[in-house]
Amino acid sequence: MQGTLTRLPDGASGTVGTLKISGELKGRLMDLGFTPGARVTRLFAAPSGDPAAYYVRGSVIALRRSEAELVTLREERGAGTWA
Amino acid sequence: MGLTAQSVGRNARGREGEKKPAVRSAALAGNPNVGKSTVFNALTGLHQHTGNWSGKTVLSAAGSYVYRGREYALTDIPGAYSLRAASAEEEAARDFILFGGADLTVVVCDAGALERNLNLTLQILEATPNVIVAVNLMDEAQRRGIRVDTQALSDALGVPVIPMAARRGRGLEELKRAVAEFEPRPYAYTVRFPEPVEEAVNVLEMRLENLLNGRVNPRFAALRILEEDSGAVKALEQRLGLDFAADPETAAALTWAREVLKRAGYTAEDVRDALISGVYRAAEQLVSRCVTGPAAVSPGRLKLDRVLTRPLTGFPLMLALLALIFFITVRGANAPSDALYALFTRAEGLLSRGLTALRVPGAVHDALIYGVWRVLGYVVSVMLPPMAIFFPLFTLLEDLGYLPRVAFNLDSGFRRAGACGKQCLTMAMGFGCNAAGVVGCRIIDAKRERLIAQLTNSLVPCNGRFPILIALITMFLVTGQGLGGDLLACLLLTGFIVLGVAATLGMSWLLSRTLLRGQPSSPTLELPPFRRPKLGEVVVRSLLDRTLFVLGRAAAVAAPAGLLIWLAANVPVGDGSVLSAVTGALDPVGRFLGMDGVILTAFILGLPANETVIPIMIMAYAASGSFQGYESLTGLRALLVDNGWTAVTAVCTALFTILHWPCTTTLLTVKKETGSLKWTVLAAVLPAAAGAALCAVVNLLF
Repeated sequence: MQGTLTRLPDGASGTVGTLKISGELKGRLMDLGFTPGARVTRLFAAPSGDPAAYYVRGSVIALRRSEAELVTLREERGAGTWA
Repeated sequence: MGLTAQSVGRNARGREGEKKPAVRSAALAGNPNVGKSTVFNALTGLHQHTGNWSGKTVLSAAGSYVYRGREYALTDIPGAYSLRAASAEEEAARDFILFGGADLTVVVCDAGALERNLNLTLQILEATPNVIVAVNLMDEAQRRGIRVDTQALSDALGVPVIPMAARRGRGLEELKRAVAEFEPRPYAYTVRFPEPVEEAVNVLEMRLENLLNGRVNPRFAALRILEEDSGAVKALEQRLGLDFAADPETAAALTWAREVLKRAGYTAEDVRDALISGVYRAAEQLVSRCVTGPAAVSPGRLKLDRVLTRPLTGFPLMLALLALIFFITVRGANAPSDALYALFTRAEGLLSRGLTALRVPGAVHDALIYGVWRVLGYVVSVMLPPMAIFFPLFTLLEDLGYLPRVAFNLDSGFRRAGACGKQCLTMAMGFGCNAAGVVGCRIIDAKRERLIAQLTNSLVPCNGRFPILIALITMFLVTGQGLGGDLLACLLLTGFIVLGVAATLGMSWLLSRTLLRGQPSSPTLELPPFRRPKLGEVVVRSLLDRTLFVLGRAAAVAAPAGLLIWLAANVPVGDGSVLSAVTGALDPVGRFLGMDGVILTAFILGLPANETVIPIMIMAYAASGSFQGYESLTGLRALLVDNGWTAVTAVCTALFTILHWPCTTTLLTVKKETGSLKWTVLAAVLPAAAGAALCAVVNLLF
């Protein structure tokens, strides 16, 4: 089973594997920097837990859970945490 | 979406036509939130509103500046993350870069997020070689330990790269010189994509070269066709009068190119993904060569962000900030309001004597003094001080970058209501002026969600209605004087605002489940770094752009309204006046809603400007039919109590102040933006129905 961005706890980082969608939303997520191989750090969530803020390529982007669970993470050995 | 895109496009072209002869024209492009508008304002001196959140520039703004005796035209085009347009703003940006006719494009970048900014920059370099890159916010990046080697970036890209800190005025001269000395150049930097894509591009590019005839880079057009970016392809065909598929040679080349891709296992979407990945890989390489420093959010910012968004602190802080703004506004506005009122009263004496000396007939004198002058005086003295305090404070929060955090915190609410997350921002604009809020709804792309935002914008009280709420609260609901009283008053006011926000969510929910069914879309919400606002600029801008504008409009409406109301109160009909006949007729309805005929009439006559609601009430209550000046709110309170007001009347009037029909300006704006009478009527009926229902319930319960 593959982990997605939603699996990351606050402060943890991962590397984008694939995007489990097609069409416009995929293009937009990629244009914002969520391309395969990009390093993403989950920073914090909104009071209700959704959306959450992710650091990617120098900027902080809020993704709703429904979007974040489309972005899978690469398997990593000894996944490092951040901050 | 179509409506907005068209109006934006038409606007862009309209400006081109009006453009004064300038030696050179430049377009200002960039990601949202990179200080593009700051650069624009600093260069042109034209004060266009800038805010620290994405998507503020809905329309492009044009200006010009003189450098070494020559004039340069500058167009500030909407912020975009990509030329692969996902919104009306991005479409407008793409079309201006491709067809706007500017001699060169200045791409403003954020030095602290260069990798993401280079995505757009490299795409623009695919469309035109005539680019200057302005790496802005160098100071901010430096504080975070990030260094950008702009010379290395310039060498790599083959275009001028100017380091800037526009807020401090750094780099402006260098940018002006670079624009002045710019020479049109051939394409220097090209991102190379995987082999099958390059092969397909080559096939198509050759044929397109003849067809496009130098108007658009054939490689750019070929890439858009192969990735099937239908928006861009349609724009190319329409603007250039082409039909790619109808041209046999192009069609043949396209078939061949697609065959090449198919053999390599590439669908159109694979091409698009390869293009985005390829551009980002190039951006990564450039960044690794030209940028040093931590690739992380600064710890200070992260700490602040966590406090602002944590469940235990996020919402309380939001309410506390709102209450604090109201507290400063309420407390600070008292003295200047009284002083202004006294000034108007003294001027009234002079004016009255002057008119008498000129032998102006008594009725005309009374209409001018008791009708026009007193209503005008009330509106100005009650509105100006709170606005002059509230607007700068609100602008300060905006410039700090707090609004995107509010949108972040409230997103789940708007999502559950089936609305767009950006509606939070248009709602915030509504606090200033609902008409401005309705115009602001252009930032929402899905038509369904834009309509929801437009129809519900007036559910939050604008600046014309704050003074009514403040007056009602301080007269009837909070009797305590001094600091404690003011504190309680602003808490109550905050409560009323929260009610407005709740009504917005509730009404949006209702609409998205009845008339405007559909799934909520998720717009891009970026949380930009916090930025220290420039105090002087905030004050000047909010006073000039907002306060004077809103006050001017209110005064322009208040003066004739004063005359009309005086006439209505003084033209005899049967036993009473027109006004008393109307208020008498409306009295049963008003009483059912916990108010009375006079209050309801005041709301109806206050349609052109809510600011006139209280003066109309006073005029109608006062037996003589003229607006009796009062010394203070206590005097006004006595008049209202004499006419049967209780705390319930005040609560119902306050509720109806928040929830009733929007002012004429707002309604006309809704009509203009939606182009539909049906939705305009609904924009008036929905809040009024909600307000009436709520008032009736309160009246029945208490």
